[in-house]
This record gives sequence, C-alpha cells and structure tokens, in this order.
Amino acid sequence: MAQTNHNRPILDIRDLHVSVGDNEILRGMDLSVSLGEVHAIMGPNGSGKSTFTNVVAGRPGYTITKGEIIYEGESILGMFPDERARKGIFLALQYPVELPGIRNREFLRTALEALREARGETKLAIREFNKFLEEKAKAMDFEPDLMKRNVNEGFSGGEKKRNEILQMSVLDPKLALLDETDSGLDIDALKVVSRGVNEFRGPDKAIVLVTHYQRILNYIKPDFVHVLIEGRIVRSGGSDLAQELEAQGYEWLREPPEQAA
Amino acid sequence: MAAPKVISRTSTQEELASDYKWGFVTDIEADIPPKGLNEDVVRLISAKKGEPEWMTEWRLKAYRYWISEDYREPRWSKVSFPPIDYQDIHYYSAPVKKEKGPESLDEVDPELVAAFNKLGIPLAEQKALTGVAVDAVFDSVSVATTYQKQLEDLGIIFGPISEAIQKHPELVKKYLGSVVPYSDNFYATLNSAVFSDGTFAYVPPGVRCPVELMTYFRMNSEGTGQFERTLIIADKGSYVSYLEGCTAPMRKTHQLHAAVVELIALDDAEIKYSTLQNWYPGDKDGKGGVYNFVTKRGKAAGKNSKISWTQVETGSAITWKYPSCILQGDNSVGEFYSVALCNNHQQADTGTKMIHMGKNTRSTIIAKGISAGQGQNTYRGLVKIMPTAQGARNFTRCDSLLIGSKCGAHTVPYIEVRNPTAHMEHEATTSKVSDDQLFYLMQRGIKEEDAQYMIINGFCKGVFQELPFEFAMEASQLLKVSLEGTVG
Amino acid sequence: MTQTPTAAATDRYVDQFNALREEREKEPLWLRDLRREAFDYFQRMGWPIDEKRDEAWKYTDVKPIARASFRLPDAPGAALTDEDIVRLLPFDEGMSRVVFIDGHYAPEVSRIRQPDHASVRRLKEAIQQDESFVHGHLARYSAPHHDASVALNTTFFRDGVFIYTDRPLSAPVHVVYVTSEHADPVVTYPRTLVVAGTNAEVTLIESYVSLGTRNHFTDPVTEIALGEGSHVTHYRLLLENTDSYSIGHVRPCLGPDSTYKSVVYEAGSGLMRLDLEVLIEGPGAFADLRGLYLTRGKQHLDNLVSIDHAKPHGKSRLYYKGILDDESRAVFGGTVYVQPGADKTDAYQEDKNLLLSDRAEADSKPSLEIYADDVKCGHGATAGAVADEAIFYLRSRGIDEQTASRLLIKGFASEILDEVGIEALRVFLEERTTQSLPRFQAGLAA
Repeated sequence: MAQTNHNRPILDIRDLHVSVGDNEILRGMDLSVSLGEVHAIMGPNGSGKSTFTNVVAGRPGYTITKGEIIYEGESILGMFPDERARKGIFLALQYPVELPGIRNREFLRTALEALREARGETKLAIREFNKFLEEKAKAMDFEPDLMKRNVNEGFSGGEKKRNEILQMSVLDPKLALLDETDSGLDIDALKVVSRGVNEFRGPDKAIVLVTHYQRILNYIKPDFVHVLIEGRIVRSGGSDLAQELEAQGYEWLREPPEQAA
Repeated sequence: MAAPKVISRTSTQEELASDYKWGFVTDIEADIPPKGLNEDVVRLISAKKGEPEWMTEWRLKAYRYWISEDYREPRWSKVSFPPIDYQDIHYYSAPVKKEKGPESLDEVDPELVAAFNKLGIPLAEQKALTGVAVDAVFDSVSVATTYQKQLEDLGIIFGPISEAIQKHPELVKKYLGSVVPYSDNFYATLNSAVFSDGTFAYVPPGVRCPVELMTYFRMNSEGTGQFERTLIIADKGSYVSYLEGCTAPMRKTHQLHAAVVELIALDDAEIKYSTLQNWYPGDKDGKGGVYNFVTKRGKAAGKNSKISWTQVETGSAITWKYPSCILQGDNSVGEFYSVALCNNHQQADTGTKMIHMGKNTRSTIIAKGISAGQGQNTYRGLVKIMPTAQGARNFTRCDSLLIGSKCGAHTVPYIEVRNPTAHMEHEATTSKVSDDQLFYLMQRGIKEEDAQYMIINGFCKGVFQELPFEFAMEASQLLKVSLEGTVG
Repeated sequence: MTQTPTAAATDRYVDQFNALREEREKEPLWLRDLRREAFDYFQRMGWPIDEKRDEAWKYTDVKPIARASFRLPDAPGAALTDEDIVRLLPFDEGMSRVVFIDGHYAPEVSRIRQPDHASVRRLKEAIQQDESFVHGHLARYSAPHHDASVALNTTFFRDGVFIYTDRPLSAPVHVVYVTSEHADPVVTYPRTLVVAGTNAEVTLIESYVSLGTRNHFTDPVTEIALGEGSHVTHYRLLLENTDSYSIGHVRPCLGPDSTYKSVVYEAGSGLMRLDLEVLIEGPGAFADLRGLYLTRGKQHLDNLVSIDHAKPHGKSRLYYKGILDDESRAVFGGTVYVQPGADKTDAYQEDKNLLLSDRAEADSKPSLEIYADDVKCGHGATAGAVADEAIFYLRSRGIDEQTASRLLIKGFASEILDEVGIEALRVFLEERTTQSLPRFQAGLAA
C-alpha cells in the first residue's frame, strides 16, 4: 500500500546504516512518518528494531556510518538526546531504567519544566502540576503511591511499562517511539497501555510502535506496518500485513524485497 | 514541632565573585596570644575563661600527655599532608568585646552580627523564634545564644561550654572526657589541652527538646586553629536534635580544626546530631583549606537509648573523622548517615565505629562517597561486636560514585565479630554515573548537567532524608556548588 | 643492649645462612645473588612485629614465629610409602605427583607424568637444566622484598616444583609438601613456580600436611605466571597440624585474557597467614578465587587476598567462607585495587562467616581502592550463627536439630566445595570438612 498522506513527514529516515562496535545492525533503512500516522515496525529478534528507536532518540553507543535522520525537516544527527526530547521526540524504552533516590513525581516535574521551557510555555505551579499529574495517572490506572517511589525502582515489569506511557502522556511529545512496550505485559496491562496510546493518538501526533508480536496491534490499529529484517525494511503494508506475519512468521520475507514483491 | 527554619543564605556580590561562596573575612579586632603551645599558653587559655582549678589541671594533664615521646598523629588513614608545625598556630583567638559582654543581642558587636547575617544565621531573636536555637561560635568563642528563655523554662541548658564550666561544673566534671578521654588520640588530646569554647547542651529527664539546637562554627582569624569542644547529654527519656554548620574564610595557608564532640544518651534517650561541614576546601590547586581532624563519639549508655549521626561533608582540604557510637545499653541503637564529597585536591578519610556491647544492640551505617577532580575519598568504618552483645545486628552500606578518571574512591571496613548470635551485613559498591540513567533522563528532555545532579542527588537521598528538611535542601545545594564545573 | 628473643631468633637465621654457604656455592651466580639480596632484606626488615606491625598485620601477630628458632632439617625425618600418601590424600589417581618430605624430594612416592611439550620437574633440577628459563621467572612475580616470609623463603628454599607448558596439560599436578615429626621445631621453605604459556592449561594441587602433632613452621611461596589466554586452576590444601605455623605467599600474574581459578581449603595450622596477591596484568583477564576455612581450638587463620586490576576489562570474583568453632579466630582481609586506566573492571568479593561458638572471632576487612571511574566494584560480608529460622524450618519438617544444623553447615560449605571440579578431590574435601568440626560429628551421630 502506498502512503496516501502527502504531508511533509515529521520523521524521514534515509538509507540509515548503524553499527555497534564492528557489527553493522542497520543496513540501509528507509522510513517516512507523518503526523497523524501510526507505524508499526515488526521483525524478528536482532533485526535492528531497538537500534532504530535508540538511534532516533540519540542514545550513545551507536555509530551512524551512513544515511540521515531528518526530523521536522532538519538533520538531528548532531543533537544530544535532551535536545531531541525538547524538540518533541519521546522514546518509551524496552527496558526502563531505575533511578535510585529520584522520585517519580520529581522526575516528571523536572522533565516537564524542561519541555515547557523549550516550548515557550510558563511554569506550572506545584498545585496545577499535581492536579495534572493526578488526572494522567488515574487514566493509566497508576497507584498514587507509585508517584512517590523512586523512578522504576522496585516496579513490576507492567508498572514500568505503564510508567513509560504515563510519561508520554504527561510530556506530550510529537513523535512517540514505543520500543517493545508490549513485551512482558499481561493482557490487562496491555489493554491499559494500549488505551494510553490510543488516547495520545491524534492528527498532530506521530507514533512508531516497535514490536515482535502482532498481539498489541489488535488494540492499537496501525496505519502502516513495516517488516524489518537484518537491518532493512523488507516489506511495508497496511495492518493486514501484521496478520499475515502472525500466520506465516518472518521466514518467507527473508528474501530481498524486490524478489518477494 | 515547628519545622526548623535553618539557614537562608543571602549571597552578596562579593561572595558570588569567588568559587567559595562563604569565603569572606570579617575585620574585627582579635585578642590573639602569640603563636605556639606550652604550659603557659594552656594556663592562659584557662585563665582567660576564668576556669576553676580542676579544669586547668585537666587541660594540663592532656597537654603533658600530648607532648609525651612517640605520641603522634594517627598514621593509618589514607590522607597525606606535610608535617604540621604545631608551634606555628595560634591556639586562642577571641573576638575582642567592646564592652564587658553582651547583655542582649543588641549589644553584640554589630560587625559580628553582620558577619552572621552574611552567613544567614538567624542571630536575632525574632528570627530564631522560627524554631532554631543558635549558639554561634566565632573563632572558638561562643558569641550569642538565641532562644534562651524558652529552653530555660524546660530546664534545657544550651550554651557555650565555657559558661557551663562555670554554672554547671557537676555536669561538665561528670561527663567531659567520659566518652573521648583526653588520651584518646593525638588531636583529641590537643583539643583537651587547648579547647577555647564550644557548645554544651543538657536535656533533663523526660523532656523532648521542642526546637532544633544549632551551632554555627566559623573560623575567622588567619593562622589560628579552631579547637571547639561539644558536650551533649540527654538524660533519661529525653530527646534532642542538634545541628552544626561550619564555614571558614578562604585562606592561602592551611588551618587546623581539631574538635571533640561527646554525646551521652541515658536510658530511653535519643540524640540526633547533624552536621553540614563546609570548611574552606582549598583552591583548585590544593592551596589552603582546613585540616578537619575531628573526634566525635557518642555513648548510648542507657537501655533503649539511641544516637544518630548524620553528616554532609563537602568542605575541608582534609577530613579525618569517625563519628562513632558505643552501644553500651541493652537495645541501644546507633546510626551513621554520611555523604562525603571530595573535589579538586580534597582528601577525606571518614566513617564510623559501632561498638556493640549491650544485648540486642542495633546499628545502621549508610555512607555515600563522591569523588571528583583529583579527590581521594575513603570510607573507613569499624563494626565491632563484643562477646556480651547477644543478638546484636548491623547493616552497613557504602556506595561510592566516581566523577572523572583522576579521583579515587576507597572503602575500608573492619568487621570484628565475637558473638555468634550477632548478625551483620556489609555491602559496598563503586560506580560512576550510569550512561543508561543519564540517557533516560536526557531522553525526557532534561539537560545533561541537571541530569547528572539529579542522579548524584538521588545517590545521596538516603542520607539527606535523615536531615531536618531545610538542612536537606541546604545539603543538596552545597553539593551542587561543590561540584560546579565537574559535571555536565 | 640485651639480647631480645627476637634478636636471638634472627641470629639463628644468620647461622643457618652461613651453614648453607657450601651448598650455595654449587648454585648459579644469579641465584646466589638473589638469596643474598633476600637475606639482606630480611635482616634489615625482620618480621612485622611491634613497631613494624602495620595495617596489613592488624589482626595477626607473628611474634610466636619471630621469637622462635626453627631448625632446617638436612634430611627427611621419615620415609613414606605410596599407601601412606593415598591414605593421607586419597584423590590423586591419574595425576602427576611430586612429594617433598621436610623439604627434600621423595622420589619413592613421586611419579611425574612427563608430557612431551611440557616440563614438570623438581625446581632444583630445573635450575640446573633449564637455568636461563628459570632465571627469567623465579622471584620475578614474588619479589624477595615483598615481606619477611618471602625473603626467608627466597633465602632458604631447597627445592620445589617447576611447571612449564604452552599447551593443555592433560594430568593435574599434585605437589605434596610433608613435614614429619621432629623433637624440635623445624622449618621448610617450599617453592613452586608455574609458567603457563600462551593458551596453556594447568591444574595444580598443593597439599601441605604434617605427619606429627608437634609445632613446625612452613614458609611456602608459589609463583604462577599466566600467559595470554591460558587457564590455571589451583587448589591449595592446608592440612597441617593445629600446633604448626604457616606463612605463605601465592602470587598469580594474569596475562591478557587468561583465567586463574583458585580454591583455597584451610583446615589445619595453628597460626596461618596466606597472602594471595593476584595481579591482573593483561586486559580481559579473569580471576575466580574461592576459599573455605574451618577453624577450631585456638587456631588463628588469616587470609589476605588482594587483587590488583592494573589493566582494563578485567574481572574478579572472590568468595570466601569460614566456619569457626571454639576459641578460634579467622581473619579475612580482601582488597580490590583498580589502577588508573583499568576501566571496565568488574570486581566483586564476599566473605561470609559462620560462628559456632561464642568464643570464636571473625574479623573481616573487605576493602576497595579504586582509581578508575568506569568500573563496577562491590563487596559484601556477613557473619552470624546458623539461622534459627532455617533450623526451625528443617525441624518443622521432622529433622532433628543437630542434623538440621549439620545440613545447614554443609550447605554453607558446599557453595565453595561445589566449585571443585575434580570429583575425588571434592569428595575428600567434603569428608574432611565433616570431620573437622566436632559439632558435625555430633550431628552425624545423632
């Protein structure tokens, strides 16, 4: 299925080659994402899915050997992760990091202040912030207690993932990259997380959802599905492609895309 | 209890101009005997204070012990400094009072008041009413004690130790040197001979001191040593929380600070002792700065008594101190919470000793060391479980954080267990600020420098939360100032 | 000046040194120089007692050794048969075995399985036949000025074992240092030198045993050089009588990507200090150090273990455990050094003590000295009795208290012993552990 949205893409990945140490992980990836769209990137383990999201967010440890990442019309390759975040890029991590001694509330407030400042918005008074946070937390079935605890410390797997989506909802980015947010979730948690994502979805948001399984796509209907194998997108299509993958696995796509098409 | 209002610093242009925010010199006439130490100087100090004979004798006993052959500075600590010329130090420096002595705060030398205002010490009564009783020690002499009336009504004695020697000799005689004997170690012996002033506090049975007692220490005269002596006694069933803050002006030469603190908690009593130590650390090249060689020890003498030390050590060129607990009473509790920071050329060898003697005694040690620049930070701690300490328990956690590749972090615990029913656990880690944590915070839009501080602050959280609230804010601020330029 | 007992004992060493002059004349010049240098050092420094007793000797006083006089036996005091060895140490079937009695080689009970590509022989012989090679390695790792005991060993060692290989060595080498019963206290200075070339594999077992119950002194030094990618597994069994003294130095130097695994088992000796000083000299090396010490009576065992991470990407793991009974005392001093530039070091050490008596004492000092910032280092230490809850749990399942206690103690020890990869050796050590503790016996009987 060809892309029908003729908006200028918010994210444009062009012939991206990325290595970790001596290993080339992404080998010429292309992807174009516009506002209002939800893209799902699927692929087997080790295909480069997480590398892709981390590189867009600017995580250190990856070497970009070739290609471009264009965000809102400019290259972001030279930008630090916090600069990218302040420009509206959000990454929900596959393995959220524990931050000892830093309370969830304090963390969210600091981050939100940084983003609001970047957007030219005024500071939120503590009371306003608390009220705002309370509402967001309720929507994510988040125990109030979790706000007082240190970020992700001693959180269950599900709580960590819900915390990621909560942060997304609080920080209100333009582009959300969700890295295997569904992995390790039971069905109830998956529903809560999906609800959070669907509420976030809108004409001025773009979402890239990286997943190994088709399951989450039952709850979050993507506009586009891409299959990433060995560092390249080998096939793109609509949401029906996900079902096909579920039924047939990835093996049949391991051929170069030209031949498969 | 009202939340204590601690130090609200008002920084002047002059202070902000230098790296060391609190490095100003107060220009007041000082009454300084010649440099050096001998029996006459000891007698002079005692005479200046109008001390009774027994006190003079005690000082002389200490002095004679101090000059005995082979008595030297302890050598086991991991700090290095050139030999100290003890004859090149002024052992006494009292601000010269214009009149006989201040009758009220209005009569205190306005320069002193201004100096303390600069430090943000609420010396004036109305400020102190917000909840802190302050005894300010200026170059070893107690200059004013606020909040006096309210304390007196409760029977709490709080003021300069020089005054306590006069007014409460029975208490001083009974407890002075009972926890840190004059022969304890080289610096403590020196202090016993020459201490000029310090704080004395006594809380009578069953009284819960309603305010935080606080002493602000400041070294002012150049070339003087500061030798204050603190003695706090919590009688049966009483409670007191005491805070001390320290600053010293920037000096090109090293200054010696050899204090002694003794705490005694009787049955069911509790003493909480918090320190924010921000003596001048020396400049970026390690010039100047305070040698902070301090002996602090508490005796949980009574059953169910508790002594809790919290310290945030960001200043001093060298810190050598081990606030300790002798857990003598059955079921007594000892705690030590510490954050020690070494930046530039600072060295710290600090920790604690928990001596378990009583049955079911418990101790907790949480020590956080931060090394930056070329700083060398050592945690040294002893947990000793005596055969009598049936059912004793200890938990120790020491974490070190390294910022930069030229600093060092060292952990030297000594664990001596002589009772099989004792249970002790010790954990330690050393690491740097994790890249993953940094990325996570930055991904949420937080600048790298802020992210670093958040992580460092989080690292210290377990200790900061033991401090009274405003002190905790102050501590976190101090940490940030002390680390400026090393992170980000 | 009056003659102190210590001075008298030092004179004794001088007499011994002079008496051996003729024997030294037969040795190569470099070795004579080495011995001279070592002895000079000893005379200058002496034992770390009184004012010379520093932080490293905080918990152990070697005065009993410093003040005593020990005789160097000039001939073995006993003869052993193969059966005797098997009875004492029943685990070395199929291994090379080299036995020394009172410092003298005992060919009748030794059997060296000499592979083509390797050299397993007596040190004395190696010095004669492989002189330049031995010269290049001996005392290079454990320098004579390390401390008094190494200086004395270097001065007086008579013989020992030399192993060199640059390939996997098929059979483990079992070295037995025996001290026989003498009327007066004797001393031996066992010396072991292992040079594992690139990708070599060596398994070394050192057993220290006494035949009698009288006091004697053993002062062993073991040097192990690990070439790139080599693997050395080292078992050190201290089974000497509880009136004896032992002050030893083990010095493994790890080349790039090499692996040193050591299991130290200490059930004997009255006063022991073992200084295991590991040097991570090449990047990517791994040291895995385990120890089990069992003390009773008035035994005093002191394990000083230091791991010096001089190069990046090194990894070290240390697990030591002690079971202490009666009035015994165990000291554990562990230090992890991470030198500037040794980034990505990953080090962990742990010492756990089980006290079975209210007169026993466990002293631990697990310290870290770190000068590099990109590291992961940690340590832990615990001490206590067998947990009441655990005993209760077992009893609630119908197991009597003594059996429960025995099971728990055995479980405690097994964390170390399970790492012993040689089946027969593990079985022997398990049995030995059970026998070492009278309370175990009580438990067994119950």
